[in-house]
Amino acid sequence: MATTMITTLDRSSRAAARGLSDISIRNLFIIPTILFLIVFNIFPLIYSLGYSFTDFRASTNAPANFVGLQNYRDLLNDPYVWSNFAITAKYVIVSVVGQLFVGFGVAMLLNRDIPFKGLITTLLLLPMMLSMAVVGLFWKLLYDPSWGVINYALGLGNFEWLADPKMALYAVALTDIWMWSPFVMLLSLAGLSAVPKHLYEAAAIDRAGPFYTFFRITLPLVAPILMIAVIFRTMEAFKTFDLAYILTSQPTAELISIRLYKMAFQEWQTGRSCAMAYIVLIMVLAITNIYVKYLNKVKER
Amino acid sequence: MRKLVTSVLAGVGLALACGTSVHAQEKSLTIFWAEWDPANYLQELGNEYEKETGVKITVETTPWSDFQTKAFTEFNAHGDAYDLVVGDSQWLGAGSTGGHYVDLTDFFNKHNLKEVMAPATVKYYAEYPGNSGKYWAIPLEGDAVGWSYRKDWFEDPKEKEAFKAKYGYDLDVPKDFKALRDIAEFFYRPDQKKYGIAIYTDNSYDAMAMGFENALFSYGGELGDYSTYKVDGIVNSDKAVAALDAYKELYKFTPPGWAKSFFVEDNQAITENLAAMSMNYFAFFPSLINESSNPNAKNTGFFANPPGPNGDQFAALGGQGISIVSYSQKQDEAMKFLEWFIKDDTQKKWAALGGYTCSAAVLKSPEFQSATPYNKAFYETMFKVKDFWAVPEYAELLQQLNQRIYPYMIGGSGTAKETLDALAADWNATFKKYGRVK
Repeated sequence: MATTMITTLDRSSRAAARGLSDISIRNLFIIPTILFLIVFNIFPLIYSLGYSFTDFRASTNAPANFVGLQNYRDLLNDPYVWSNFAITAKYVIVSVVGQLFVGFGVAMLLNRDIPFKGLITTLLLLPMMLSMAVVGLFWKLLYDPSWGVINYALGLGNFEWLADPKMALYAVALTDIWMWSPFVMLLSLAGLSAVPKHLYEAAAIDRAGPFYTFFRITLPLVAPILMIAVIFRTMEAFKTFDLAYILTSQPTAELISIRLYKMAFQEWQTGRSCAMAYIVLIMVLAITNIYVKYLNKVKER
Repeated sequence: MRKLVTSVLAGVGLALACGTSVHAQEKSLTIFWAEWDPANYLQELGNEYEKETGVKITVETTPWSDFQTKAFTEFNAHGDAYDLVVGDSQWLGAGSTGGHYVDLTDFFNKHNLKEVMAPATVKYYAEYPGNSGKYWAIPLEGDAVGWSYRKDWFEDPKEKEAFKAKYGYDLDVPKDFKALRDIAEFFYRPDQKKYGIAIYTDNSYDAMAMGFENALFSYGGELGDYSTYKVDGIVNSDKAVAALDAYKELYKFTPPGWAKSFFVEDNQAITENLAAMSMNYFAFFPSLINESSNPNAKNTGFFANPPGPNGDQFAALGGQGISIVSYSQKQDEAMKFLEWFIKDDTQKKWAALGGYTCSAAVLKSPEFQSATPYNKAFYETMFKVKDFWAVPEYAELLQQLNQRIYPYMIGGSGTAKETLDALAADWNATFKKYGRVK
């Protein structure tokens, strides 16, 4: 029934007067986009798949030799790559869960009548409007053990947030939570304001407690939109590069994207890094698919 | 339709106009380098060249952290954005075997540069493979790692007395690595916000490697055999293990948060009254004697990397040679610039502007050695320098070194012996992969 989606052309319009049909106008809009996608997305995607089976190095003139699955085998047997994946998983969990709690919590607080609500919401959205690199540089100063504000405010002395192998990853995650909780908050606010008021009234008449109301009315109705926030944030957190790259050089905070960057653009192991990029792509696709399945289930309820 | 035709014509006209304006400025050269003071000095030197010949020189720069990435992205795309590049010494292998650099062997021999330039600079900035007699760059900026220190802290009579009481010898510029360690320990006073020493620890490029090399080479160790690519038994020899332990020991006496430090932080250690001694490339010392950038300028002294326990004294090499990019459309013009650059007069000007000339004659001249407080230490150092691998896969070797040494140095995991054994195995596997060893 796709044809019903197209609005028919107004007979008196200038386009119709020039003899353009619905189909040709549709093509005029769509074909450039499709071409753009093919040239800049699909073609490199397939081309790099080809490279992932070779020992190609972009920095030399040596021809690319076909090595079969060697790159994939080496990567999946490399303990460093596995540790990068483990670090990334830990980072994604900490930062997404953190953002969900903070973002949803702030949204609950804002979802009531308070003075200057609009102003407060706008101010709270500021962190996410900054550039990642700028946030990284600012937080590097905030975390500084000698003159950083954080240690001063918390009275932690010379605690080395970014130089401590155990703390570095959490410090990066904390920055990410600060930056992206507003995004979860915004989506949660949209979800919360869409909950019909009469449900709460009915619950109040039935003398339902605040916990019961939250878990039986608020959460189930906001869940689909929260899931969308989780999907976006998981994908983004999986790809995090700038923040972590700027903040710390601790191997315990080396996310998979940083490893990939080093492999591709510092070591110029083009073939191998293509294989790595494919492994990451497959993982992100798999995780997203699980989420989407779950999201559909939540919607059905 | 008429509108469309008009705008297309206008667009074509504009494109043509831009094209011709580029054409009109044909006599210009673009040199690519990292963003630091010497690049500004080179721009000033380039301005002189423009006055003499009318050829405009533009020195384009990018921060150190992505210098390598940006240069090789351009090379790999066979781009002609840069006519000349002042490339790091480790790039020689990748630049020459990848076909990115123009072979300068004839130019080198014609001007007898092997004699004109200091031997170490010829060996490490120009020749690849080692001892092949093939040259790919002209030594431009000599550099090595040296040390700066706080003369006022060292000369304080109370400190001198306390030091002698504790260690049994006089507090002075360190005569060996043991003294370096003792002085670092002596000045390490976190309660007074004073710390002993600032060293390189950044693992994102070659900072950590350069810092470790300072200890390694002075302890009589080596990274491997550069002609046979043998590493096992060399990079993990007893001397190398002792050197790594000595370098890790120094980390104990650094200011807090010293886990990602390179030249900026190490100069800050002196300007911000943080440390008694600080490791850095000589190229960064000019800002330390400048009172506008260092409030302690009058009280800052300099010394060469001290010898190790057996008296060996070496330092890690920095510095760069200038190469012609093989994709440049103006190679003849670039060659003319190099001919001008190697003249004695130009080299003198280069040194006067603040560049570290590699010309042996200028280096040996008393004017040069007395021109700054660190030039003499620089001259001494430049004749005992060693460098990292220059093979095309050096970036992988560097990454493996960072991956092994950093967790040991900063995180304290494993032992020095385990760390270097693992590094030897990594490097051996890499050399095997590229068919350098069986």
